[in-house]
Amino acid sequence: MKKISICAVLTAVSVSFPMMASAADSTVKSVQKRGYVQCGVTTGLPGFSNPDDKGKWQGVDVDVCRAVAAAALGDANKVKYTPLTAKERFTALQSGEIDLLSRVTTWTITRDASLGLNFTGVTYYDGQGFMVSKELGVKSAKELDGASVCIQSGTTTELNLADYFRQNGMKFEPVVFDTADQTAKGFEAGRCDVLTSDQSQLYALRIKLSKPDNAVVLPEVISKEPLGPVVRQGDDQWFNLVKWTLFAMVNAEELGLTSSNIEKEKKSKNPEVQRFINGEGSKALGVPGDWAYQIVKQVGNYGEIFESNVGASSPLKIERGLNALWTKGGIQYAPPMR
Amino acid sequence: MIQSDKKLPDLPPPRRSDGAFGWIRANLFSSVTNTLLTLLAVYLLYIGLVPLIQWAFIDASWVGETRDDCAVGGACWVFIKTRLNQFVYGFYPEELYWRVNWVFILFGVLITLLIAEKTPYKKWIVIFTLTVFPIITFYLVYGGAFGLEVVETHKWGGLMLTLILAVVGIVAALPFGILLALGRRSTMPVIKTFCTLFIEIWRGVPLITVLFMASVMLPLFIPEEIVFDKLVRALIGIVMFQSAYMAEVVRGGLQAIPKGQYEAASALGLSYWKMMGLIILPQALKLMIPGIVNTFIALFKDTSLVLVIGLLDLLAIVQAGLADAKWAGYSVEGYVFVGLVFWVFCFGMSRYSQALEKKLDTGHKS
Repeated sequence: MKKISICAVLTAVSVSFPMMASAADSTVKSVQKRGYVQCGVTTGLPGFSNPDDKGKWQGVDVDVCRAVAAAALGDANKVKYTPLTAKERFTALQSGEIDLLSRVTTWTITRDASLGLNFTGVTYYDGQGFMVSKELGVKSAKELDGASVCIQSGTTTELNLADYFRQNGMKFEPVVFDTADQTAKGFEAGRCDVLTSDQSQLYALRIKLSKPDNAVVLPEVISKEPLGPVVRQGDDQWFNLVKWTLFAMVNAEELGLTSSNIEKEKKSKNPEVQRFINGEGSKALGVPGDWAYQIVKQVGNYGEIFESNVGASSPLKIERGLNALWTKGGIQYAPPMR
Repeated sequence: MIQSDKKLPDLPPPRRSDGAFGWIRANLFSSVTNTLLTLLAVYLLYIGLVPLIQWAFIDASWVGETRDDCAVGGACWVFIKTRLNQFVYGFYPEELYWRVNWVFILFGVLITLLIAEKTPYKKWIVIFTLTVFPIITFYLVYGGAFGLEVVETHKWGGLMLTLILAVVGIVAALPFGILLALGRRSTMPVIKTFCTLFIEIWRGVPLITVLFMASVMLPLFIPEEIVFDKLVRALIGIVMFQSAYMAEVVRGGLQAIPKGQYEAASALGLSYWKMMGLIILPQALKLMIPGIVNTFIALFKDTSLVLVIGLLDLLAIVQAGLADAKWAGYSVEGYVFVGLVFWVFCFGMSRYSQALEKKLDTGHKS
């Protein structure tokens, strides 16, 4: 998730030349001509993108793809999912294999500035956190001096952890595992006092424990991991469309529009709701006039997506935290649609 | 000579050396050391197998729909059961499963016919399997003709994809491998250099690198408008890689044929291709069976590497299933299932090769 692969950077440099030559047809047009959106997702990450029992993709990242399809084509199901590994994700976007990369990608300056890509916004504010067993009786990460910590090897998690403990003048003993699964198993077997990973991951690992209630996630977040969808640089109309799809979902939550009540709200007197439903800006984005309405009708507002995939009504039970609306103590904020 | 008419007492009967008891005594308890080793082995089996059986069968949950139906402690085979279709067919549309099933059935029938000893018209069946069957398979699985709906390759997955990768790799690599091996032993410098270079280059890089190049680098060199299917790219990579390995196995077999055979064939006035086709290769291929099957088994297992390029083969699709929050924590069951499936296929191939060796044995071995 956070590994910046040197390979990707190198290929990006080598690709930037041929890419400039072939920006002829705009992505919005070619998507509409083709009839579906090509969307890059993970090969399986709980709550973000994974196939369900029936083989249908689900998750927050998948719903972003669906929302873009609803806006551009009026049908949320017209998406072709390409499962991508962390290493090939940027090349798949650069080479035109996908139109949109919605794959828990952390927004960093190197990626945004040097890979020929644009980050369109933040769908999930993540950050590294700690999980301890209840019996330890620890309430804050500051009390973790001398603890043994289970980590997954080769991630920036390791570096963040070392930084944090050094800053606070504490010592720790790393217990390194190869995969997230093994890390959770190691924690369960008592190999370490603390497990550290991104918070969204911590919750996913927590439900894998045989007694999830015995583990608690500490409130401290020690790094910033804003995750969001990515598009190719140099196609501003498509960039705007994806960006405003995200904003539309957040605005819908703010206006109280949900997939179940938007039909009724069509008659609302509220001018903001009217502007939303009538699809302000549709001409400039090159999409049908009811684009925003279709997003909410078929996929839902930001809050609905969050709750059903990672929030209270999912097995992950992640709290909104930073991802709550700005009016409710979080930092999800969207510019007005007018 | 002193004679006595007193009957000597009967000797005790010899210990039984046949039957189960005799076997056990002779093989397991013949000395103190052996007895101790036997007891130790039984103990180790006991502590290993009993919890395994307990976990996999006795405490296991077999029926149900969700993770709530799984008892804590035992294996949760419900996870495998509910997702079995996905593990076999990937994202293939459910209403079109019959198309894949027909390919499976046809494949099974053909293989059985080829293995069976006394199949009539075997030559024609071989030709059918190698020429018509791939075409039928392509149109059934992919569609696009005879009114069959197109199912794009990104929807393929699971066991079906693993088998497609392995079978195409195996079937295409053997002829290429033979040609490359002949080329490498050729006296014509251009052909010889080309084949040697090809073999050494492809054999010198890891398969994972080949796949990665095919998936990540190749699209950068071709124009954006040309969409070159990811599966096709992976397949070409696998075939290239595998034929280089196959070539070396075949070359080993060719070198084992005594020079006299070549000379005798030439003396009979046979052309190069007749000499190879009628005299050398039939003898050499027979010697190479263990090596060839070994390569095939390695390839079959190597196909899982396609998960690094986001193709969801059997292993990858099980891993993707484990990522479903509804089924988190059942990774052991998933991996045991994948391991079993792979083992069944590899063991089958190995048994077949042993049977083939026996059948083709013409007594050159002592």
